[in-house]
Amino acid sequence: MLKSILIKSGRIIDPASDRDEVADLLIVDGKISEIGQINSKDQNVEVYDAKGFVVTPGFIDIHCHLREPGEEYKETIATGTKSAAAGGFTTVCAMPNTNPPMDTKSVVDFVKNKALTEGVIRVLPIGCVTKNSHGKELSEMSELADAGVIGFSDDGKPVSDANLMRQALTYSAGLGLPIINHCEVPELADGASMNEGWIATRLGLKGMPNSAEEVMAARDISLSELTGGKVHLAHISTAGTLDMVREAKRRGINVTCEVTPHHLTLTDEAVLSIGDESTSFDPLTPNAYDTTAKVNPPLRNISDMSIMANGINDNTIDFIATDHAPHSSVDKICTFQEAAFGISVLETALGSVLSLYHNKKVELGTLIKKLTSDPASFLGSNLGTLKIGRTADVTVFDLDETWRVNSSLFFSKGKNTPLDGTSLTGRVKATFYGGEYVYRND
Amino acid sequence: MTLETASQQSFGQKHVLDLDSFTSQDITHVLDNTLAMEQVLEREIRKVPALRGKTVVTLFYESSTRTRVSFEQAAKILSADVINVSSSGSSTKKGESLYNTALTIQAMQADIIVIRHPHSGAPHFLARQLRSKVINAGDGTHAHPTQSLLDLYTIRKNIGTIEGKKIVIIGDIMYSRVARSNLWGLTKMGARVVLCGPQTLIPNDFLNGHRTEEGHPFAAVEIQTDLDTALKDADVIMALRLQLERQKAGHLPSLREYSQTYGLNARRLAIAKDGALVMHPGPMNEGVEIETDIAHGAQSVIEEQVKSGVAVRMSLLYSMAAGQNLEI
Repeated sequence: MLKSILIKSGRIIDPASDRDEVADLLIVDGKISEIGQINSKDQNVEVYDAKGFVVTPGFIDIHCHLREPGEEYKETIATGTKSAAAGGFTTVCAMPNTNPPMDTKSVVDFVKNKALTEGVIRVLPIGCVTKNSHGKELSEMSELADAGVIGFSDDGKPVSDANLMRQALTYSAGLGLPIINHCEVPELADGASMNEGWIATRLGLKGMPNSAEEVMAARDISLSELTGGKVHLAHISTAGTLDMVREAKRRGINVTCEVTPHHLTLTDEAVLSIGDESTSFDPLTPNAYDTTAKVNPPLRNISDMSIMANGINDNTIDFIATDHAPHSSVDKICTFQEAAFGISVLETALGSVLSLYHNKKVELGTLIKKLTSDPASFLGSNLGTLKIGRTADVTVFDLDETWRVNSSLFFSKGKNTPLDGTSLTGRVKATFYGGEYVYRND
Repeated sequence: MTLETASQQSFGQKHVLDLDSFTSQDITHVLDNTLAMEQVLEREIRKVPALRGKTVVTLFYESSTRTRVSFEQAAKILSADVINVSSSGSSTKKGESLYNTALTIQAMQADIIVIRHPHSGAPHFLARQLRSKVINAGDGTHAHPTQSLLDLYTIRKNIGTIEGKKIVIIGDIMYSRVARSNLWGLTKMGARVVLCGPQTLIPNDFLNGHRTEEGHPFAAVEIQTDLDTALKDADVIMALRLQLERQKAGHLPSLREYSQTYGLNARRLAIAKDGALVMHPGPMNEGVEIETDIAHGAQSVIEEQVKSGVAVRMSLLYSMAAGQNLEI
């Protein structure tokens, strides 16, 4: 029998049950047993003092890369799930661009088994849309669905062929699962390594125009309308995409989208790696061409970035997802053009998104909702809430603790973050998965 | 040579990554010293001891005989030990090679590394990773500061001053590292810069009036798509090399049409000021961006540009090592 845990005196925020109050939360047998004023003298009850902290459902990340099998030098299911737990996540969805990719049941089973034996939290696999993610023929989606994938994606590579995307949406609609697409028209993004604009121009780097994302987003919305299939736009980054999704939702089209913590909080100036005192008009320093800020879709300009908070507030954006993309130093200690795309996000996600609360752009409850019950709704699952009787996936964090990011201390093998050395406000103190500690920072 | 003509005053640049970090005084300092270096080049024994005991490594990931030899000669005349390393960018995997090569070069105790690389920012990468001083000899589509300095030198030598002069740069602004460095160099020296080319070869954010933000360094740069209009009152005309790949990449319908619209010929040259200088960073596609008789005509200073390359690079190397009781 699991030990019972009493989380005392925290501010419990559970958007799914409209709860925001200071109370105690009792976990018995890995489930939420009681919320209220609870005094327990029972020796089998361990007390966690959450006074001054916020207590929420464990976070759910619909989009991360755990790299196993195939790229264990970048991340493993063991290190990736530890990293997630340290970031307050209790459920992560693993993208299928592994090697071999998750385009067959056997690879999905491998990931699920690894997660059960070596992972510390729940891992839900995502299957490939096409065999080998080559964009030529559909994967065996029905079998993948039976194996437990929560959706299909060729993430990292868009489904470029519009007819194949149509078929994928139609086929998956029958399975009740979404197609998660990384929207990027390859011809518009060819050879590009950052956002198109003044900073790319002055760095002499080829830029990706907003249109590279928007043209395909428009296509996918139209195909969703045509087929009735459920399309989910991964990591949207432009104001134009946001507008299209808003309009599509108004018209009742079956489209959803997500935004990452970095597209909510960082701009393409991060590539310059300049201090707060400098501007993009100042001379470049040797720190320019910061490969840790190379990510796809690229960090956009200030107007695209700041509009994303509106998308959170008006529910155009369904949830926040990390697109955690760990890489080894070899992939990043090189020229900007050669560097891999991606940021290691899990352990900084909360601190990043809480800046929107501290800067009074988004309410705290809304941010929690976008990390918990909204992604749970997307999964059609009963996770993401602290309702009585539910699995005790619980995250406790200090809303006001300011800390300095030191990526060398990450649980993730991926130390690739442009936030290294910067300060964030808001820090995970403990994560419970099924009523057990999976992370604790006292 | 006596010290009176070559200033040893340090010019405040550890590395030479681009001219964006140069003040107009820095540029003037390099150009002034170039004059002194040219005198060294006219001596019977072309050798001075200024960089004796220093090691200069040229690290070229793109072939460029002209630039590499120019640096090598400059360093050797200043008595530095020169090591030439060349490597083909295509065979390197994921940059480990650049990083590891760089560490090896540092282990040789290179004082100055001169790098040419097909990727923008490769010199910044070295400057970040190593203790050695770094000179950018051309990086991707980003910058080519020494080319710009020799262009500035050539202009100043021929027409006395740069400030207030109208300089028209024609062609592939989008991908030209020479144009980018010249934008910094020329605007810092107070020139009136006009960029002229097909809109497909001008960065979008230059076209769309994005330069209105306060303090934008290129706010005053003019964009003109009609060459005849651009050339009116021009003091200097710089034609850029048109990479033949641009046509395949869809930037241009044909070289023929480019040549008709943007090629520099006798009729167009007559629109500019009398005696306007004709420049080209080389290598030229004669008959495409410039007609042969113009390239080699009376107003052309293209050969002079090449010639002043050695003296400009000597001046830079000298300035970077300055403050150490140099003798020349």
